[in-house]
Amino acid sequence: MSFTSPYANMIGARRNTATGEPIITIGWHDEIEGRPGFLHGGVIAGLLEMACYEALSQELRDQAAMPRLKPINIAVDYLRGGLMTDTHAVAQVVRVGKRVANASAVCWQDDRSKPIATARMHILLDR
Amino acid sequence: MSDTLDLSRFERMMAGHAGQLGLRYVAHGDDWAELGFDYKPSLAMNAENGVLASGPIISLIDSACGFSIAAKIKRIRPMATLDLRIDYVRAAPPGRAITARATCYRVARNVAFVRCLAHDGDPEDPVAHALATFFFTGD
Repeated sequence: MSFTSPYANMIGARRNTATGEPIITIGWHDEIEGRPGFLHGGVIAGLLEMACYEALSQELRDQAAMPRLKPINIAVDYLRGGLMTDTHAVAQVVRVGKRVANASAVCWQDDRSKPIATARMHILLDR
Repeated sequence: MSDTLDLSRFERMMAGHAGQLGLRYVAHGDDWAELGFDYKPSLAMNAENGVLASGPIISLIDSACGFSIAAKIKRIRPMATLDLRIDYVRAAPPGRAITARATCYRVARNVAFVRCLAHDGDPEDPVAHALATFFFTGD
């Protein structure tokens, strides 16, 4: 997928160009709130997924034919409640096989050394 | 049953992100709850083919899982998601409403365990399957 998906647009997620890393950032707005005062767990998961797609797209960008990326599964660990501030996510591609890729993502807010969530994701490479 | 929690009254919990997705209460029972949303193009992963993004599905499942715990303990208790694992069994084609049915199969003192199936019309042909645990952050 490209990072200009309608859903990414809806939650306000954007590619963060502050560093060379494929970081995805979302600013606080009331429409991403879950339990009162905290970021919705599903938004955190969605952000982690986007970071995995973005890291994988970057890794695959030199391939002649870019495969279509389809989610197989994701396992999210929630470590801290997400507060009403900017939230960032970045992923590392752990392995790219012929048909399946594995990525590992982390999500943080003010302090990158204190993640609010981590995830592992499998993505199907549909060629 | 008089001691069954009336989840349909908890519209306050349908504000925020649930409101943005258009989440609606569908039904609940002694240990389960069903929430859903109608398809709209803004929820797509890809503007060209309109296939639903996985983000709205995982948000729906997270919310439905929380509701199923409230249904089982018959009250709203502050809680947070501890972990959530989801299998995207198949793609959700554009235009179809999604329903998530979450069942809370165990509540311990601090932690609740939930499973959830999401489908787009036929519960026997789900689009996603999930397991989640929550922990109580207060009484």
